[in-house]
Amino acid sequence: MPILVNDRPVFVPDDARVSLLDLLRDRLELFGTKKGCNQGACGACTVLLDGERVLSCLTLAAQCEGRAVVTVEGLAADGALHPLQQAFIDHDGFQCGYCTPGQICSAIGMAAEAARGMPSVVTADLEATDILLDRDELRERMSGNLCRCGAHNGIIDAIGEVFRGPESAGGAPR
Amino acid sequence: MNPVSYVRAADAGAAVAMGAAAGTRYLGGGTNLVDLMRENVEAPSSLVDVCGLSAAIEDTPEGGLLIGGAARNSALAGHPAVRARFPLLSRAILAGASGQIRNMATVGGNILQRTRCTYFYDDAARCNKRAPGAGCDAIDGFNRIHAILGASSACVATHPSDMCVALAALDAEVMLSGPEGERRLPFEAVHRLPDGQPDRDTTLLPGELITAVRLPPLAAARRSAYRKVRDRASYAFALVSLAAAVELDAAGRLAEVRLALGGVAHKPWRARAAEAVLRGQVPDEIRLKEAAAAELAQASPLRDNGFKLVMVERLIVAVLSDLVAGNAGAAA
Repeated sequence: MPILVNDRPVFVPDDARVSLLDLLRDRLELFGTKKGCNQGACGACTVLLDGERVLSCLTLAAQCEGRAVVTVEGLAADGALHPLQQAFIDHDGFQCGYCTPGQICSAIGMAAEAARGMPSVVTADLEATDILLDRDELRERMSGNLCRCGAHNGIIDAIGEVFRGPESAGGAPR
Repeated sequence: MNPVSYVRAADAGAAVAMGAAAGTRYLGGGTNLVDLMRENVEAPSSLVDVCGLSAAIEDTPEGGLLIGGAARNSALAGHPAVRARFPLLSRAILAGASGQIRNMATVGGNILQRTRCTYFYDDAARCNKRAPGAGCDAIDGFNRIHAILGASSACVATHPSDMCVALAALDAEVMLSGPEGERRLPFEAVHRLPDGQPDRDTTLLPGELITAVRLPPLAAARRSAYRKVRDRASYAFALVSLAAAVELDAAGRLAEVRLALGGVAHKPWRARAAEAVLRGQVPDEIRLKEAAAAELAQASPLRDNGFKLVMVERLIVAVLSDLVAGNAGAAA
């Protein structure tokens, strides 16, 4: 069975050592997904695997057989940016841009987790099913994606606007 | 990374039939093993992917939970029964790693993850865990993250898991399947102290696979917490952590108390000496400090990590005081 990458069937590489990240970049020439640390410390390689955010650097391509991968290239529909991509532009959510695709894929997976009631370590009531994605929640839930430029406040503003509403974007302390 | 073969196991029997061969490693989420292969610390010749094995989280007849070894960390932390009945386990898992890694990592893989000692990872350094007999560069090196309890002259590494600290406090049981058949191990018997053989992290036999973790019912777990002290607010391993569960009687004495420490030893450290001081007592600050002192009586800090003794005492006092006051709280 192939791997579905952005709805396109892709053969599983013969060499079991090939990571999902290297499959995407080196063999499929999908350069949006970035290789930062290649050891699970930075989040730049985050993609969605069957809708869940994962690190493509620590996922072997062979493990993705029969599963669906969405990268940053798969987010824009009919040439229109995903609302989160537009929000990153509006809020200066990047400087060098290297962490951006991982931030965006991670935030989309994160929002789905919150929507189904997944708590985080800063959620006061562990049994709450309605998660309010305030700034503390977003910072905790996005801690697996590092930004070394200093765009982090803009990143949190952009994610807050799309997944919690525009009131979160301006007022929070910077 | 050396060439390696890869096969998915359909079930535990198939996995174990393949896993007994020399050079074979079971692969879960890959969050630790793939990294170690890339760093030339692990060099298996074949991988048996066990992610397709049971990931179910089910109630047991006696009121506990049976957790499939392939359950993802995020699935376990977010499960309603865990959040309601074993909140310290949810909080411990959520305190570890990142959202992405928790989505990948399995319960079995979390238990079997290896130390994050920087000398273990650096193949230019001497490490008895990576290369038995080579020596240990951590003992006289930069050792602020290393063990204060149960270490040996061969190894001062710590076990990095948060989840396992909660499992130690909960008296979990690990279900194993291997070439010699099936067996169960009390959680405290899974990981071992380094003594002269630090290359062995656990007591698992060659080819043995973790198929499930069984949690017995524990009323005290409803009043429980996990607190983690680390170098940054999120996405960092513990310097010291504490899992705690208490049950008070009508007079405010501790009818039940469970304590386990992370970041202090080669294994998740069940703090039985501290529990013994506290059981049946009113846990005021003096008593809590006594309990910490009892647990730390055998501690031997290294050059850079004496601060961990202070942290252990403060954690025990703060977390138990909060639990007794009814503030289970979110503090991470």
